[in-house]
Order: sequence, then C-alpha cells, then structure tokens
Amino acid sequence: MELNSRIPDGPIERKWDKHRFDMKLVNPANKRKFTVVVVGSGLAGASAAASLAELGYNVKCFCFQDSPRRAHSIAAQGGINAAKNYQNDGDSVWRLFYDTVKGGDYRSREANVYRLAELSVNIIDQCVAQGVPFAREYGGLLANRSFGGAQVSRTFYARGQTGQQLLLGAYQALERQVGLGRLRMYPRTEMLDLVVIDGRARGIVTRSLVTGEVESHPADAVILATGGYGNVFYLSTNAKGSNCTAIWRAYKRGAAFANPCYTQIHPTCIPQSGEHQSKLTLMSESLRNDGRVWVPKQKGDRRPPDQIPESERDYYLERMYPSFGNLSPRDIASRAAKRVCDEGRGVGPGGLGVYLDFADAIKRLGEQVIRERYGNLFEMYERITNDNPYKVPMRIYPAVHYTMGGLWVDYNLMSTIPGLHVGGEANFSDHGANRLGASALMQGLADGYFVLPATIGDYLGANKLAPVDASHPAFRDAERGVAERTRRLLSINGKRTVDSFHRELGKVMWDYCGMARNEAGLRHALERIPQIREEFWRNVNVPGSDAELNQALEKAGRVADFLELAELICTDALHRRESCGGHFREESQTPDGEALRDDEHFAYVAAWAYAGDGNAPVLHKEPLEFEHVHLSQRSYK
Amino acid sequence: MNLTLHVWRQAGPAAEGRFVTYQAHDISEDMSFLEMMDVVNEELIQKGELPVAFDHDCREGICGSCSMMINGVAHGPQRGTATCQLFMRHFHDGEEIWVEPWRARAFPVIKDLVVDRGALDRIVAAGGFITAPTGGARDANNILVAKTAVDEAMDAAACIGCGACVAACPNGSASLFTGAKISHLGLLPQGQTERYRRVIDMVARMDEEQFGGCTWHGECQEACPKEISIDVIARMNRDYLKAVWMQRDGGDGGGEE
Amino acid sequence: MASHIAVPARRGAALGRIGAFWRSTIGKKIVMAATGLIMVAFVIVHMIGNLQVFVSPQKINGYSYFLHHIIGELLWVARVVLLVSVVLHIVAAYQLTRLDRAARPVGYARKTPQAATVASRTMRWGGVALALFIVFHILHLTTGTIQPVPYTEGDVYANLVGGFQVWWVTLIYVLAMIALGLHMFHGGWSSIRTLGMSQPQRQPLRRPVAFTLAVIVWIGFTCVPVAIFFFGLGRGR
Ligand SMILES: Cc1cc2nc3c(=O)[nH]c(=O)nc-3n(C[C@H](O)[C@H](O)[C@H](O)COP(=O)(O)OP(=O)(O)OC[C@H]3O[C@@H](n4cnc5c(N)ncnc54)[C@H](O)[C@@H]3O)c2cc1C
Ligand code: HEM
Ligand code: HEM
Ligand code: SF4
Ligand code: F3S
Ligand code: FES
Repeated sequence: MELNSRIPDGPIERKWDKHRFDMKLVNPANKRKFTVVVVGSGLAGASAAASLAELGYNVKCFCFQDSPRRAHSIAAQGGINAAKNYQNDGDSVWRLFYDTVKGGDYRSREANVYRLAELSVNIIDQCVAQGVPFAREYGGLLANRSFGGAQVSRTFYARGQTGQQLLLGAYQALERQVGLGRLRMYPRTEMLDLVVIDGRARGIVTRSLVTGEVESHPADAVILATGGYGNVFYLSTNAKGSNCTAIWRAYKRGAAFANPCYTQIHPTCIPQSGEHQSKLTLMSESLRNDGRVWVPKQKGDRRPPDQIPESERDYYLERMYPSFGNLSPRDIASRAAKRVCDEGRGVGPGGLGVYLDFADAIKRLGEQVIRERYGNLFEMYERITNDNPYKVPMRIYPAVHYTMGGLWVDYNLMSTIPGLHVGGEANFSDHGANRLGASALMQGLADGYFVLPATIGDYLGANKLAPVDASHPAFRDAERGVAERTRRLLSINGKRTVDSFHRELGKVMWDYCGMARNEAGLRHALERIPQIREEFWRNVNVPGSDAELNQALEKAGRVADFLELAELICTDALHRRESCGGHFREESQTPDGEALRDDEHFAYVAAWAYAGDGNAPVLHKEPLEFEHVHLSQRSYK
Repeated sequence: MNLTLHVWRQAGPAAEGRFVTYQAHDISEDMSFLEMMDVVNEELIQKGELPVAFDHDCREGICGSCSMMINGVAHGPQRGTATCQLFMRHFHDGEEIWVEPWRARAFPVIKDLVVDRGALDRIVAAGGFITAPTGGARDANNILVAKTAVDEAMDAAACIGCGACVAACPNGSASLFTGAKISHLGLLPQGQTERYRRVIDMVARMDEEQFGGCTWHGECQEACPKEISIDVIARMNRDYLKAVWMQRDGGDGGGEE
Repeated sequence: MASHIAVPARRGAALGRIGAFWRSTIGKKIVMAATGLIMVAFVIVHMIGNLQVFVSPQKINGYSYFLHHIIGELLWVARVVLLVSVVLHIVAAYQLTRLDRAARPVGYARKTPQAATVASRTMRWGGVALALFIVFHILHLTTGTIQPVPYTEGDVYANLVGGFQVWWVTLIYVLAMIALGLHMFHGGWSSIRTLGMSQPQRQPLRRPVAFTLAVIVWIGFTCVPVAIFFFGLGRGR
C-alpha cells in the first residue's frame, strides 16, 4: 500500500485555492444521480451531509442515536477557534497554523493544518448565518475567550454549550434537506461493515437498532464521520455510545489506521467517585481562563482547602510554565497533575485530584461575571459533586478525552480505500500528537462544510464508476458476515456481562497505555488484551434476541471491536519510542520530565495496515516535512 | 441505600406492557440515576433476564437522549436536571420509585422506557432552520446582534430536544419545544426573513404529529431540564397570529420588525 | 426510516387562511381567548349592573329599563356578540379538549403535578358548569321560564329578591360563581398569553392581576344572592 498524501504543489497559502481550481466538477444535472453515504451526524457528518445535499447529491445519513441532533458533538462545551483576529491581538491564519502545528508537537501535515486555519474563518461566518447564538459584546460584535496553547483570544463560544449550538446549526441545515426530500436520515441505524468492490468503497451494511434488520446501502462514495474511540479506555469524557466500530470495520477492509496511540488526556475532568462510575465528565478547559490550579505544598495535607494558607499552596502550572501558566496545553497540564498526585500531593478521596480555584477570579471580577461566563458549568459540577464551586475550589483530574489518531487520509480526506472519505475525529486529522482546545469543532466543520463537499465532487467527477446494487455478491457476503457475527455474540451465553469486560479492558489501557507509557507496561498490556478478548468470545453473556432493540447486543459488538483496536493502540505506542504530545514514553523525557521528541527517527505518520486476523499489522510510514514551522523542543515555560 | 423500583417493561411497540418490581441494593448516593439503573441491569443480565432498555448517551445532560418519568415527574424530582444528571442523593433509603416512559401519542413506545421522538425532528424539518446554504455567508461581524437579544435567543436555543415538556404536559403538547426553536430563530436578525413562514409550517407540523394544544398548565416549564420559560409559547402564538393576520400563511414573510 | 419521511413544505397555504387558522390548535386557542375575553368584559359590566341592587330598587330597575327600552337595538347587538362568543368558545373548547385527550391515549400510573393549578385543571368541567348555569340563569331571570317565585317582567329587583329567597336557587348561583372565579383566575391570565400579549417574566406562573380580577368578580356577583338570602336585603318590601 502506498501512502500518497496528494498534497498540491505551490506555496502553502495557495495550495487549497489552486487545488479547488484543479479539482474536477460534477455538472449539476448529474449530481442527483450520485448517491453519497454519510455515516455519522456529528459536526463533521451533519455538515457534510447537509452541504452535499444542498449541492444536489442524493445523500443518505446514518447515526446510532434516535436523532441526528444527539451526536456526541453536542457535548462540546468550551468553544471553537478561528483566526478572525477580531480582538486585534495579533492573530492571523499563520499564527493559528503555527500554534496548531506546534501544539500538535510537530506530528501533523503542514498543508492540511494551513488549510484548516484558512477555513476556520469561513466556519464562523457560516455558523452565524445559520443563527448560532455566539456570545456577543454589548456593541453587538462577537466575543472571544482564550483557550489552552494560545496567547491570543480566538475562541468563539456560546455559553458553555458551543458544540450544542454548532451541531444544532448543522442539524437544522440537515433537517431542512430532509424536509426537501433530498436527504434521507437513518437514525438508530448502525454501520457494521464497509463494502469494497473492485478496490473502491461502494457502500455499507447496516443493522437497524430497532428491528435488527440488516440492510445494504450501495453508494458512489462513502464518508465516515463516526467520531473518536476514546471509549476504548472505558472511562472517558465521550458519550456512552461513542465507538470505533465503523472505522475498525473499514480498517479490516483495507483502510490504514494512523497514529492510533495518540490519545488526549484532558486535564480538567471531575474525578471518579467510585467503581460504579460509567463515564467521566469534562469541566471545560475555558475554566482555566479564570481558575487557578493548585495542590498543597506538603504531601498528604488533608486540611480542607480554605484552611491551607497561600504560603502552603503550590500553583504548580504557574510555577513550572510561567508564560502559559494555567493555560498550558492539555498534555502538559495533565502530566503535571499526574506528577503532583504521584508525589502524594493530590487532594480528595484517593488523592487523585487537584484544585481548580476561582476565589481570586471572584474577588477580582465578582461572582456575577463568573456566573455569566461559566454558570452552567458550575451548576453541572455542583449537581454531580454536591459542592458549590463558588465557595469551595473544584476538584479535577485528567481523563481520556480525544483521539488524535484515526483512519489515515490524504489531502482530500480520502482513506487508502478509494471512495472512502473520513472526516472529523474519525480521521487522523490535523492535530498531530496533541489537539489544542477548541480545534476539534473547527476541524469537524472545516471537513464537513468545505473540504468534503469539494473533494467528493472531485472523486466522482474524476472516476468512471460502474453501477452497483445491493444484489452484488459483495453486499450479500457482508450482510451474511454481519448476521453471522451477531448470531455468534448471542450464542455464547457465558457468565460475564459486556460491561465487565469493557471495564477490565479500560483498566489495562489506563494503567499501561495512559498518561505515561513504558516498554514493560506496553508489553504487559499486549499480553493481557488478547487474553481478555479470548475470554470475551468464550464467556460473555449477551441476553435477548437479534430481532429487537437490544442494547446489550449493541454494546457487545462495540466492545468486541475495542478489544481488537486496543491491541493496535499498544502496538503503535510500543513502536513509537519517542515522547510526543499526548504520547509520553517514560524512556524519552528531558531532565525536568518534559516530553522529548526524536525527530530523527519518528518524524512520520505511522499508518498501520490490517494483515488478517492473527497476523501482525503492517506499518507504513508517511514522512513529515516541515518547511514553514521549524522543529523545536516545544516549550511553554 | 436500598430501593424498590417499579419499572415499565414492554417487549415491543405492539406488545402489552406492565410494571415489574425490582430491588436495587446498596446504591451509593454518588451514583447517577442511570448508573443505578446500570447496576439493576447488570444484576438482571447475571440472572439471565433482559435488562431494562432506556435511551442515554452523553450522560452530561446535553444530548437529550435520557427520558424517564420518575415518580410521576419527567426527569425526576430535581428541577432543571435531565435524568442522567439526577443523583441518588435525592432519594432516601427504602424509597419506592416508579419509572415510566414518556407517554404521548406522538411518542410511541419502542421498548421498555425507549420511545420514538422522531416527531420532534420532523417539526424542525418543517421549518426550524434559517435557510443559509453552505458558502456565501458574509463576514460574521457584519451582523450586529444586541447582547440582550442573543442572550434571550440562547436561553431558548438551549433546548436539548428531550421531549420532557411533552411528557409532562397534561395535553401532551409540544408547545414548549416548538416555541423554543421559533423563539431562538425569531429573536435573531438572521431569522427574520423566514420568521412567519417558519411559525406557520412548524405549527402545522406540530399539529399533524398529533401533539395536544397548550392550555397553560405550566408543567412543561417545570420539567424542562434547561428551564426554558413558557414565554416562548406566548412568543410562538404572537408570531402565529401575526403570520395569519398579515396573510403570511406559509407566505414569505418579509423582514419587518 | 419512517420517523424521517419528507415533510410536504408550505402546508398552511393549501387550505385557505381562515381554514388553516381554525384547523390549528393555536388558532382555536386564540379564538377561545378572544371570545373568553369578550365574556370577561361582559361579566364585569354585568356585575357592576347587578351591584345597583344595593342602591335602590328604582336604580336597578331603571338600569334594566334603560337596557331594554332606551338602547333597545344595541342590546340585541350585544346579545348576538355574546351568543356568537359563547358558541365559538364552547365549540373550540370541545374540539381542543378532544385533541388534547387524544394526544395521550395511555396515561401515567403516577403523575405528580408540578405547576398545574386547581383552576387550570378544572377549566373544562368548570366551563361545562358555566354553560349549564348560563342556560338556567337566562331561563330564570331573563325569560322567566323557570319561576321559583312568580316572575314580574321588568321588575328585576323583585325577581332577584324573590328568587334568592329560595335556598336552592341561591345555592346554584353561589356554586356557579365559584366555577366562574376559578375559570377567570386561569383564563384571565392564560388568554393574555394565548394572544401573545404578555411580556417575558421572571416567574411567568405568577398572576396577580388575574387573581385580583377573579376575586373581585367572584365577590361582586356572590354578594347579591348572599345579601338577599342571609341578610334579608329587600325583605322590607
Ligand atoms: C465533553 C467533550 C467536550 C468537548 N469540547 C470541545 C470543545 O470545547 N472544543 C472543541 O473543539 N472540541 C471539543 N471536544 C471534541 C469534539 O467535540 C469532538 O472531537 C467532535 O465533536 C467530534 O465530532 P465528529 O463529528 O467527528 O463525531 P461525533 O460528534 O462523535 O459524531 C459521531 C457520529 O457518528 C455516529 N456513529 C458512530 N458510530 C457509528 C456507527 N457504527 N454507525 C452509524 N453511526 C455511527 C454517531 O451516531 C454520531 O452521529 C469535546 C469533546 C468532548 C467529549
Ligand atoms: C349572582 C350572579 C348574577 C346575578 C344576580 C345576575 C342577574 C341577572 C339579571 C337580574 C339579569 C336580567 C337583566 C335584565 O333582564 O335586565 C341577568 C341577565 C343575564 N345574565 Fe346575569 N346575573 C348573574 C351572573 C351572571 C353570570 C356569571 C353570567 C355569565 C357568565 C350572566 C349572564 C347573563 C346573561 C347572558 C343575561 C341575559 C342578558 C340579556 O340578554 O338580557 N349572569 N342577570
Ligand atoms: C359557556 C361555557 C364555557 C365553557 C364550556 C368554557 C370552557 C373553557 C375551557 C375548556 C377553557 C380552557 C380550554 C383551553 O384553554 O383549551 C376555557 C378558557 C377560557 N375561558 Fe371559558 N368556558 C365557558 C365560559 C366562559 C366564560 C363565561 C368566560 C368569561 C368569564 C370564559 C373565559 C375564558 C377564558 C378567558 C379562557 C382562557 C382561554 C385561554 O387560555 O387562552 N369562559 N373556557
Ligand atoms: S423544551 Fe425543554 S423539555 Fe422540551 S424538549 Fe427542549 S429541553 Fe426538553
Ligand atoms: S404543560 Fe402543556 S399546557 Fe402548555 S404550558 Fe406547558 S404546554
Ligand atoms: S444522556 Fe444525554 S442528556 Fe441525559
């Protein structure tokens, strides 16, 4: 398999423009003859589906929730970046581009990132036109806030519900197309296989989560926008349903999987409260604008926070990273938190937590302003913990949040399977080894509103596709495969529940492939995972039948895939002997414990190709050249 | 704590449903209501019974999936809180809890506590949008929006589409949901051009989906996890009256006001 | 998937403007509110008229004479307006009630009201009670068809004093006025919102104006039969 990134030539500022001119077009009359399947109705999926339908393509969109509006993007809180420079604080497309490449620890593709920064500007225009109620100044102009990893104020937000408002904008555009009959929405429908004919993606096979009916959907092009796979860790900030099934099946059909080990641990989440915990809740990073992170100076200091005098507090982020302080990037902030907790200075039950303190901000700005900015986040915190953050500091701890890795795509967002495009968190995308806050919403929408509608047209215009229909043997086989797998899961009748396996897997991943990784640990994980998987297929208990709504069955299928993906993640983590961004190898750190890259050996994208069950996946490398941002040891000091 | 649950079980859309009583043992008060249900379900599976089906996803009170009628109150006792954000500290040891699905003609039960809320999507499809195809948008700061307007719009836009308003309304009315969307878009300058055709179309769809009318019981506002005010219903009625009055029935309302 | 069929655009236009309006739940509700308010206005005027009974027999009889003979035609205009209002109000109420009931075929085993008031929940039965009362009332004091005591055309005072000597007549009136009070407590508030004339409020459920109005009307009406039955108003004559 060759990895051709298809980066257009020419100066970086002109690449996208030039490319758009060079791309083939489909004449309007022909567009409706083409069927495009979009899997996923999150920011990437909904925006792509709506935009393609607007162009006149015949679009089918799928999601597993009961409504496209519930896609996990809805949960995004903090905001979305754009290089508008409305604050006149020196922002520009170049700076956003630079910050993103640097923030990604120099493991992303310059050309893609530049395009992302360019498009960020149009995204805000588009969303405002749709009626997204971004925060405003009294003068009526748009307001901004700052986010981690940036020294300019370029983040647009709608209270603490930015993702919700952006998604509703895309969802409403999508429903408009549904109303006009140009787009068919399939909620409660899960993609369980990708169909490849003559080397091209020609459709998908789905299972209705209501009736269990297995159905084929032939298409001329397929887009996967199925989100991240953070739930491989069981506990994460992702929604319960977030899964890797769609991209994993695509991987097994020949799509390369890039940088699976790049996972982001978010520094500000509500600590776990017990074994029963089913998911972790994020407290938006925007809180770090006004909150100060600290722990007691001395070990095991069990005094309540208000009784610990200033002199005995360690505002460690401000101490260690003076120039970025509480706003240092996520990977840095998370590891710092882990470090102080490992030193035994963590707070709260189990000592797994640090304080996020708003006392100073409330003194400086008054409670009203703080309520204006973070009211709903504070309420959410109080609901969950029963503490009032206006009075006592929040307790936070890092948690798995985002996966930078995903299916490998070229500049056109096409995977190694022609016709299979991947957008949003599902692709390995533009964030390198670490994503900056407020950049995922930006990427999802750039992919969906602007990149995919253009590149899909190019693909359809440039290739002569033979018509296929659901009667094609490839579809029949895939359908049989899906039904067979479902039957197998139901027939095991073992002793353990799906969740118990998922928890066990999650613990292994968190302990050995989490915030800090080392060779021994990863090797251990690589032993354990196949054992868990083996027991799963022998001893899992999936009650109920296939012909009804069966949530245990849904979970089982997803966990089965996580059990395979987990192995690939650890394999990738083991092979990458450097530390970079979210991937921290204890073997590779600076004297003061910062991540130490090894550009000489690892400045490449690791794209893994499936080589059949039981065989080790094959590693392909896409070297990364940096012409504009020169590689340097990342420092936020 | 230990609890007694009476949960509505219904095998399928056509099947007869009934309440089944379960015991939930040593539940911690730091569990969310759904985590408590998880515990019950794990036990059921261990006993080889079918777990209780219920919708959920984000478990952060924002996706609008979760939907349980708890002791006769949509989303349970805590105000402004979705089921997934309701914590067991609001219940006491030995309490009896009745759990039912949303009930409305427009929300047919699919299984146990899972209902089909597609009608809400169809109301949006009928007009709950601003026609702004991708591309061709002018610079965002060319549209000035008063902070007060955007704040009011945001209050309405916060709707998570959970359907609790319908479930709580004695008339099974979707007025709060529909009014919220109409208010969100109608309060913004971008939403003016389609303002009147929007209200006509959405209301027509709302009626076709066989939701009831609003007789101002105010139950919806109390049940709404986003505490959306019934003022949005008054706004919807006002716009509807104007739309008809100005012969804007489905007509293309001009951008006045 | 069935739950996502295409929505036929531009529905309203299909049936004419008024048709669409009347067919929609909001349209019907607006009709109810408007007719309801007309009746509220009437009831208030009517109450003031009645209170003249406390001034003197001549006064109220004169008022009645004024109504029937001086402004003769106008009275009929008013009657027609009222009649139309009542009919529309009842038809809309009936149809909406059917729609609302149909919207929840299967009820809840447990339902704990959080905001609904006695008034809001008795609008329907209270309305029916009012309908019956109005019929009875007109047969009693306008046409004199029902004669608890001999009815004298034109002598309103006598008819009132006579009628309210009879315990069951008084009882009917007193009960009816409770129904009216409740109906107006909810209706007086909700109609303003139905017509979209209300301003956004912190606690929209508070309704001081409607409350005062309802209490005034309730007392204003009830005091007449009570004064006659219990305190012997007009016995001297
Ligand atoms: C709590 C939280 C807060 C965040 N806050 C921010 C923020 O402030 N700023 C920011 O930039 N980013 C933020 N992020 C990250 C960002 O929200 C996500 O990366 C982004 O929304 C992903 O969008 P998506 O469209 O790629 O996928 P998603 O929104 O996850 O959508 C996935 C879609 O795929 C569908 N799907 C998945 N699998 C299947 C299948 N097998 N078959 C059919 N359909 C399927 C789902 O139904 C869903 O519709 C946050 C993330 C979390 C978890
Ligand atoms: C204690 C309460 C009431 C008293 C004492 C009372 C008294 C009277 C009297 C004396 C008349 C005859 C007037 C005349 O012929 O000149 C009358 C007529 C009437 N009243 Fe009442 N009334 C009462 C309550 C109500 C209420 C609550 C309503 C309506 C909801 C009502 C509706 C009417 C109507 C419609 C007429 C007929 C008017 C006409 O067409 O001539 N009354 N009432
Ligand atoms: C004649 C018999 C009557 C019947 C059957 C009746 C019935 C009803 C019902 C069922 C409602 C509420 C239903 C809904 O809101 O959908 C209602 C509302 C109302 N009624 Fe009546 N009513 C009657 C008489 C009256 C009278 C005499 C008055 C005035 C004093 C009145 C004033 C109102 C008002 C103002 C409303 C509020 C409408 C709204 O909520 O917008 N009604 N009526
Ligand atoms: S209005 Fe409130 S209750 Fe109704 S759907 Fe929206 S969020 Fe849920
Ligand atoms: S409860 Fe129902 S009656 Fe109206 S105010 Fe809410 S919709
Ligand atoms: S599960 Fe998403 S709102 Fe409750």
